[in-house]
Amino acid sequence: MPRSRHWLTAVPLAVYGCAGSFPQSTLHPRSDFAAEIQQLFTGIFWWALAVFAVVETLLLVAIIRFRKSERGPPPKPTHGHTLLEIGWTLAPAVILVFVAVPTVRTIFATAGEAPRQALQVEVIGHQWWWEYRYPDLGIVTAGEMHVPVGKPVQVSITSADVIHSFWAPALGGKRDAIAGHVNRIAFRADSVGDYLGQCVEFCGASHANMRLRVLVDADTSFQAWVKTEQGGPAAPPAGSAAERGKAVFSRSACIGCHTIQGVSPGVIGPNLTHVGSRATIASGVFPNDSAHLASWIADAPSLKPGAIMTRMKPPLTDADIAALVAYLQSLK
Amino acid sequence: MSHVAASAAPAAFAFPATPRPRGLKSWVTTTDHKRIGLLYFWTAFCFFLLGGLEALVIRLQLAQPDGHLVSAATYNQLFTMHGTTMIFLALMPLSASFFNYIVPLQIGARDVAFPRLNAFSYWVFLLGGLFLNASWLVGPLFHAGSLSVAPDAGWFGYANLTERQFSPGPNIDFWVLGLQILGISSLAAGFNFIVTILNMRAPGMKMMRLPTFSWMTLVTQFLVITAFPVITVALVFLMFDRFFGAHFYVVQAGATPILWQHLFWLFGHPEVYILILPAMGIVSEVLPTFARKPLFGYTVVVYSGVLIGFMGWGVWSHHMFAVGLGPIGDSVFAATTMLIAVPTGVKIFNWIATLWGGAIRGTTALHFAVGFIAMFIIGGLSGVSHASPPADLQQTDTYYVVAHIHYVLFGGTVQGLFAGIYYWWPKMTGRLLDERLGKLHFWLTFIGMNLTFFPMHLIGLLGMPRRIYTYGPELGVGALNLTSTIGALLIGVSVLVFIGNLLRTRKRGAIAPNDPWGGATLEWSIPSPPPVYNFSVIPTVENRLPRWKTELHEPITDPPAVPPAPIHVPGGSWWPLVAALGLPVLALAPLTHTLWLAFLGAAILLFGVYRWAFEPFEM
Repeated sequence: MPRSRHWLTAVPLAVYGCAGSFPQSTLHPRSDFAAEIQQLFTGIFWWALAVFAVVETLLLVAIIRFRKSERGPPPKPTHGHTLLEIGWTLAPAVILVFVAVPTVRTIFATAGEAPRQALQVEVIGHQWWWEYRYPDLGIVTAGEMHVPVGKPVQVSITSADVIHSFWAPALGGKRDAIAGHVNRIAFRADSVGDYLGQCVEFCGASHANMRLRVLVDADTSFQAWVKTEQGGPAAPPAGSAAERGKAVFSRSACIGCHTIQGVSPGVIGPNLTHVGSRATIASGVFPNDSAHLASWIADAPSLKPGAIMTRMKPPLTDADIAALVAYLQSLK
Repeated sequence: MSHVAASAAPAAFAFPATPRPRGLKSWVTTTDHKRIGLLYFWTAFCFFLLGGLEALVIRLQLAQPDGHLVSAATYNQLFTMHGTTMIFLALMPLSASFFNYIVPLQIGARDVAFPRLNAFSYWVFLLGGLFLNASWLVGPLFHAGSLSVAPDAGWFGYANLTERQFSPGPNIDFWVLGLQILGISSLAAGFNFIVTILNMRAPGMKMMRLPTFSWMTLVTQFLVITAFPVITVALVFLMFDRFFGAHFYVVQAGATPILWQHLFWLFGHPEVYILILPAMGIVSEVLPTFARKPLFGYTVVVYSGVLIGFMGWGVWSHHMFAVGLGPIGDSVFAATTMLIAVPTGVKIFNWIATLWGGAIRGTTALHFAVGFIAMFIIGGLSGVSHASPPADLQQTDTYYVVAHIHYVLFGGTVQGLFAGIYYWWPKMTGRLLDERLGKLHFWLTFIGMNLTFFPMHLIGLLGMPRRIYTYGPELGVGALNLTSTIGALLIGVSVLVFIGNLLRTRKRGAIAPNDPWGGATLEWSIPSPPPVYNFSVIPTVENRLPRWKTELHEPITDPPAVPPAPIHVPGGSWWPLVAALGLPVLALAPLTHTLWLAFLGAAILLFGVYRWAFEPFEM
């Protein structure tokens, strides 16, 4: 959007004292897609504010000026006025043209088609986490999506179960994730950063906990990330806690649901091949640290209502859990 | 039939001296539209309090980040039942209480066209509401805790989350069956009021002399009888999926869950107008009375209401801009949605023009009517911003939309209904509500609602989705949410003031004369509350404002206090209640997987209908 109009977008927020930081705000666009929407919304906002001011003023003037006075003559029984009716039918219609034309222009400008060389990312919604696949790069990951700054990105969105909706406001509008359908959005991020988002279609018990992050990386760090992800999992050093953890993982129910390249083929839960390199677990709800990992493994549904990863039967020992944590953290 | 003044019928004459029937039986068997109107009011008001209580728990949970007053499962039931209760059990039946009480009086009739069908509608509504809300308590019967089997997939119940695979418990069963019961009530009432308004108008009351509230009721009822079959189809599909293994919304079987969304919103958007048009009708009655000036542009207000009714059918996909319907579909629905703002805007200008040049009396009813206009403008304008699909991609399913619908349904419908209550309460009960408490009620409501719902615009724009039981502190919306919660508590206080007013004026309120306000329409020409036969003599109407002196007409003379001839009034009947009782029994059959209950329910229903059909006119 034109720089000169940046200040306009700040106005709605000024009420709230622009101070704080709002990582999931729709009013701080960081991509061409989000900026297009922001520009459109700003225009609509000013039209709405103008109409609001005029109509509410008329209403206020009417009720203040025509309060009943004891000695006043009885009001003139006017029944209507054709010209006025035509006028106030046409006025909103004309204003709506000024809203509709940029709307249709923006609809087509943001229809979700990226240039052919764009980075392809497939987003798959699950109850209650996000899976990301990069078909051209051979990468499968979860929770945190990485994209390079300044490059076009084509996101294809679908679902493995119920309807979800993928939304990272700083990078643009949401699209529903529907099994059997593919929705597409396209954007080019304009600044490096860690942008929050979350599922915005009610999808069951832990809808509130289906969060996500989009990490917009500088070109070199994106390449480095791709290189790591394309490699196999880190092999734990012999005799380490991580190695014991790998053994626990391999003999437990973990393998039925999770993939660790070369270790297990499960596809129900997130791919854990490089889980140690992620900042968060459980779909962006908790930091990826030892304490949270341990309690997550011990009893996921208590941290995330409805989570499909139930308590293990028989339960893992504390030592097993500690070893598993060490192993997962080693998977950089 | 049973309403004609007949001197031949041997029994059930009513004279002013005849005492009103008393006792529980007289209420349970009543077919009097006025009593049914009061039953609707008190029942719907109780559900309004319940829905409000659910909203308060929701607000307390969200008062600060990471709140844990209730669990995720409970929260999901709370927001589902809040929406379902407010729409189907509070706002629609509160409007229905005015349809029942006021419309026959406004059109100069002695009752509705089908009084027993009217009683049936009420009992079905009550039983459907109880059936839905029983889900809060009966968890233990389904081997679950209480507060754990209430519906929990949102009032919009999107497939395929509602399929047995993803919602195995009885929660969605309660919802799918309860809404079907309530749909029967709405449909029966819809047909009844259409026939009443078209066929039972007093002599001389041409359609373009019909009071605006009755006009908006007529439009609303046409929307009801056309929209409810659509959701019924959607619900029947879902019921077949859940109980009989059909595949209407099952992706693995090649179906698409988007079908549900089209059907639901094809009902759901007309439903919005079903909720708002009656309130618009009320405001169109209240403003002229208290400005002492005819409604400005009556014809335009009526036709714009009809136009809104038609156009309401062409906008449903604006609830689905994030679904990915493609740029052409999005553009078309954006255009139709923006167009509907034109007749809506026209109404607002005509209301302001009605006030302009009037002699305005600042009664509580007028306060609420003006509050309606002021708040509805905000709801309308935020509506335009998500009529624009790209903007909507940032706004839909966030608190911005929660703000929008509450400006429309609370700022609009609820304030409109309160205007109607303060306006018609003296007619319905014979007592005026206290004006001083009324003003306090208004200002608490007005400030409370703005404190609650205005911050939600910002909360949504800052990225908080709706329908989440918790949010992290990192979003930066904690302070705004706290403000909103404080506002909700203030609304709670305002409702307590209103209840206080209702209770206080039951015994101590000023006695209402026939016409406490100087109204122009026929309901003000008869005693408050009206006698059982309404009009001692059916009036003949010669213009749009029969009780006002205009340039061309003198006011009509009010009907005499004593009927010149005996008036035949219908007696009560048990059979509407019996027939209605069959429906929840029928619904229990699939809920509990018990076949014999289906036969029992059907038998009760058929027995009720049979006895009803062959019931003699007099009891």
